[in-house]
Amino acid sequence: MNPGKPTGQMSSLADQDDKKKSTKASRLDRGTRAKLGQQLRAMYDEVVSQGVPSRFSELLNGLDNNEGKQNAH
Amino acid sequence: MRIDDSTRQDILAAVPGLRAFAISLCGNVDRADDLVQEALLRALANIHSFQPGTNMSAWLFTILRNHFRSEYRKRRREVEDADGHYAESLTSHPEQHGQLELSEFRTALNKLPDEQREALILVGASGFSYEEAAEICGCAIGTVKSRVNRARTRLAELMAIQGVDDFGPDHETRAVLVGTRRG
Repeated sequence: MNPGKPTGQMSSLADQDDKKKSTKASRLDRGTRAKLGQQLRAMYDEVVSQGVPSRFSELLNGLDNNEGKQNAH
Repeated sequence: MRIDDSTRQDILAAVPGLRAFAISLCGNVDRADDLVQEALLRALANIHSFQPGTNMSAWLFTILRNHFRSEYRKRRREVEDADGHYAESLTSHPEQHGQLELSEFRTALNKLPDEQREALILVGASGFSYEEAAEICGCAIGTVKSRVNRARTRLAELMAIQGVDDFGPDHETRAVLVGTRRG
């Protein structure tokens, strides 16, 4: 699946359900869709590029200690 | 609670994307991180129900999304601040090219109905297929497609870029059009 360009060709079975609703949407030109996609990914990647904050790596790595205790039981 | 090392790595690898998704749902970084934390704890408590070999990321997104809808949605945006705290906490270089556009984009995205916003993020940014997004959202593939289409159309309207080749330099005009608050 390429999330970048599915709306252009309305061919798959699943699309048929939504044909009525999406005819308007499918009029968006390629340039506009590309721009929106760019903005969306820029926004998302800004967060993704921050990596894993320590609270989450500590949460997951802390499981080792718990596991040790449980195993000792 | 026991998880093996590869499971731990798979979970850690999914965290940055989970945060980005959570922020788009909550509209607030601190609440989003709490949501991620709670989702991770739920996932770990139910790790036995994860099918090895299936998509860990999709599984975690499903848990986070369900938790958001059952617990967070009603609390969401009590302190709605689409262009304030949210943008500030993310933006390290406000003067950087594109940040103004991005800020407008966030404002527009926040105006979408939840269902449309989550579908668009999952498919357009998280890199999930329509099938995976449908599983995460618990709906039909056609429904996801329809939501994504409507989300794009609405965003284009809000950003006032429909039929325009480029976003162009006229930020002030668009800011007025989309009702962006500043300062």
